[in-house]
Amino acid sequence: MNSFLEVSSYFGLVLTIALFWLGHWINKKTKISFLNPILIAAALIIALLAILDIDFETYESSASIISKLLTPATICYAVPLYRQLNILKERLAAIIISVACGSAASVICVFGFTKLLNFPPEVYRAILPKSVTTAIGMGLSEEMGGLVPITIAAIMITGLFGGAAAVSICRLFHITDPVAIGLSIGTSSHAVGTSKAIEIGEIEGAMSGLAIVVAGLMTVILAPLASGWI
Amino acid sequence: MKLLFQFGIIAIFTFIGEILNYIIPLPIPASIYGLVLLFAALCMKIIKLEQVENAADFFLAIMPIMFVPPTVNLMTVWPVLKNNLLGLLIACIISTIIVMGLTGRIAQALINYQDKKEEKFAGSVNEQTISEEVHDYE
Repeated sequence: MNSFLEVSSYFGLVLTIALFWLGHWINKKTKISFLNPILIAAALIIALLAILDIDFETYESSASIISKLLTPATICYAVPLYRQLNILKERLAAIIISVACGSAASVICVFGFTKLLNFPPEVYRAILPKSVTTAIGMGLSEEMGGLVPITIAAIMITGLFGGAAAVSICRLFHITDPVAIGLSIGTSSHAVGTSKAIEIGEIEGAMSGLAIVVAGLMTVILAPLASGWI
Repeated sequence: MKLLFQFGIIAIFTFIGEILNYIIPLPIPASIYGLVLLFAALCMKIIKLEQVENAADFFLAIMPIMFVPPTVNLMTVWPVLKNNLLGLLIACIISTIIVMGLTGRIAQALINYQDKKEEKFAGSVNEQTISEEVHDYE
């Protein structure tokens, strides 16, 4: 059985789509943001692979069709960014400066916590891009020599917490302007937070989506500079 | 066919991104080169929005499933994750609060500043046109 799965080209793909579908369904039924489809699907696949005693490599070899689409999919962020061109031009200085400060703060926080909590260097490099969208964060972590799965875990924690706490945090800091709310959510908690921003309002959602890309680009510049600090 | 050609354009940008990632010795993923170049091509009207948007929207919509295999990969780094899990939780949660608060405060201050400046500017322009109009009547 295992030797068949090793040569099968579609085992991983079918398993991933089927369980993602299930995860999506559970998420819709329960409406609990913590139970997101990615987490459910991944947890079930890990359990299944463990029970059936299948290596990650066996699964990966036939699921890589999906992962290989990530680079072109990330490039597609150019399209929503272009759709926001007018507001980007109108608020250019505010967007660039605030997102740059936010991205720098994120990198500095990671450095501070790494010193404080003694994370190993490969974990440090992995969590430097924790505030950016998974697509960019993963690529960046890999380029810097971080443990990519740890990057994903950190990005997930950040996104899920950011989305859940966005409204309270904005209230705590007296952030009331819709553009500022959108930028703060997108810069700190990427796409997962953005789904919350879309619920708050149209401008908030659009600005949060814009901030995902801008923060991603800023972090691509900032994180490699910081990766040598430890 | 339309979708195929749209995907073709995106694939070309992906390939250019890969080439740049290969020849430029910087830790920048191929996707970032492609993203910036596609955005520039759209701004310069080399590529029209209609030539990529259906395929792009499709890719962005199905993107979450692309994170499942790398998340499953957590099983291979479980020992590292287990040792650092509590620390990761603390670091991620506190820094998210700081980043969100800081970004929002700075953005809000800059937006208010810009609006005030433009209000003043708009005010002086209005006065000018009014005085010109008065001048015309004379």
